Amino acid sequence: MSETVKNSIIRIHTLSKKYREAEDYSVNELSLDIPRGEIFGLLGPNGAGKTTLISMLCGLIRPTSGDFTINGWSYRSEPRKIRKNIGVVPQEYALYPSLTARENLVYFGSMYGLGGAALDGKVEEHLGHLGLLKHADKKIETYSGGMKRRVNLIAGILHSPMVLFLDEPTVGVDIQSKNVIIDFLKAYNKQGATLIYTSHHLIEAQEFCTRVAILDHGEVLTEGTPQELIKGLAQARSLEDVFLSLVGKELRDYA
Amino acid sequence: MHKLWASVKKESLLLRRDAGALIILFVMPLALIITVTLIQQGSFKTLSNAKIPVVLIDNDRGNVSRGIRENLENSGSFEIISEREGKPLTETQARDAVFKGLYPMAVIVPENLSADLNQKVQVNVDKILKDVGLGDGETKAIASEVEPKEIRLYFDPATQLAFKSAVKNSIDKMVSELEVQSVYSLFQEQLSDSVAIFSQKSFLHFKEIMPVNGSREVIPNATQHNVPAWTLFAIFFIVIPLSINLVKEKGQGTLVRLRTLPMPYGVVIMGKTVTFLVICMIQFYLMVAVGIYLFPLLGLEPLQVEGKLLLMSVVALCSGFAAIGFGILLGTVSQTQEQSAPFGATSVVILAAIGGVWVPVFAMPAFMQFVSGLSPMNWGLNAFYDVILRNAHLADILPRLASLLVFFILMTGISILYDEKKRAV
Repeated sequence: MSETVKNSIIRIHTLSKKYREAEDYSVNELSLDIPRGEIFGLLGPNGAGKTTLISMLCGLIRPTSGDFTINGWSYRSEPRKIRKNIGVVPQEYALYPSLTARENLVYFGSMYGLGGAALDGKVEEHLGHLGLLKHADKKIETYSGGMKRRVNLIAGILHSPMVLFLDEPTVGVDIQSKNVIIDFLKAYNKQGATLIYTSHHLIEAQEFCTRVAILDHGEVLTEGTPQELIKGLAQARSLEDVFLSLVGKELRDYA
Repeated sequence: MHKLWASVKKESLLLRRDAGALIILFVMPLALIITVTLIQQGSFKTLSNAKIPVVLIDNDRGNVSRGIRENLENSGSFEIISEREGKPLTETQARDAVFKGLYPMAVIVPENLSADLNQKVQVNVDKILKDVGLGDGETKAIASEVEPKEIRLYFDPATQLAFKSAVKNSIDKMVSELEVQSVYSLFQEQLSDSVAIFSQKSFLHFKEIMPVNGSREVIPNATQHNVPAWTLFAIFFIVIPLSINLVKEKGQGTLVRLRTLPMPYGVVIMGKTVTFLVICMIQFYLMVAVGIYLFPLLGLEPLQVEGKLLLMSVVALCSGFAAIGFGILLGTVSQTQEQSAPFGATSVVILAAIGGVWVPVFAMPAFMQFVSGLSPMNWGLNAFYDVILRNAHLADILPRLASLLVFFILMTGISILYDEKKRAV
């Protein structure tokens, strides 16, 4: 067994997903090992299967076939352990608009079994780190997009998950909010957490991710550190060059 | 328990900050119950300031038409109209006015009704007396010469059938009484010049025997019927905000987060159930309080709940469970508020209609009576009536309560299964 496999926190084995009314597989016998402690980017054009893959790993939808484990727990036999140890930051602001940031966070923290002073302390600490403390008691519906993204992020990490799934965590935010979010995530990763990140921002992915996989048609086209992938392709100067050479330049309208 | 409590707290906060939902949940049912009871009480009870205008065209001008006029006036329910701008109305004018909706009805008494009735009665009485050997052997008229008469009634086409039927029956009864009185009077004339030998008072009467609660009769009134019926209607209207609440969670993305949490979806559902059940009970006690304290101030009969409030609360609780189950299912299967809100509102109205909230079940066609038995609102309504009007005990209403709870379990079970199935798309 290789060192990478031994240290894998997520092991995906021939995982497939075909939606009931779809003609093709969204994820097609995909196998992938994600090492512990990485910031792992899942990159691909629209319809490549990124969201489907993450949805299966988070337990939102069931695979058609194949298997995966997170920290050695199979999704089939120990789904509760997996859910307890993963965090999800969806692309939508998964927050209640009429509740304040604090109320939202206390609620979601409680759903992870946290409570009392420990939960209040964590909420206070994270709000402070992301510059939201003075707005903590305002309703989410009054927040800007960047502020909502930051609260959305906190809701996913209150229970200190060992794996954090981030679906386009910086989409639609200003540069200041983006920097705060990226710095916060890097700091969280340094504490030992593995981050699984999807984005269409290839420049951001190149800077942020320690390892990436490029997906298309539900399959992994390539995988490695951004530097390895760039070096591996003649004349490539960025991850974007690698990406375009693998998936092509034609439009990918996806409905 | 900690997660359930957190869910209840979150749902309560969401509701407190949703003014529209609060209006639907508390203000609308109160407005509904007050309005409907005021209207229905007016139909049941004779109110001096709410008389029904009736056009009476008296072409007879005899004792029969006088009797009809007096009976209508003495009933206290009708205002007799016979002329317009100082001129007597004709049948044509009356008909046109009624068909245009200016008046709900017109009664046309034909010419010579009194005379012809007297003549007809005279002939019959003479025949009878002759047959028994008491007559003088001569009939004063020939029966075949007296043509049957008709009292014509015109109704506004928009008048409800129930009203028409009630008025027709009253006039029919009135005319029959006048006919009988004529017969008695003529016999009286023929057989005795001075001494009253017949009592013309009605011999047969009916008396409605009411259920007894202790030593006191339970007399049904519009309040006793309306408060439970419309309370149940209001409880079921919780389907709308509850289903919208669930649909909103899908739209906001919060449902995605909830589904990734290390807890069964049932905890989310239970959190909503507990919160909305509390709302149902607050609604119920508000309605009861309105029935007891506000109705008398509005001139309505107060709601009588002595010794029944606990059992009524149990019925309200079980009805609340049934309504919440339906709301959860609707919210789970609906994708948008445009689907859940109109469907929720319409289905509650349909459940109320087939449940007997507006039209009593016994008055429905046989098939609809069968369908009515499938409506949870029918189970709840009958349980309320059993308690309030039929003096039932807990054991008597247990089957109805069990049906309501089974309905809740069935609805939430289907919702959870549906949610599971959606994950396996």
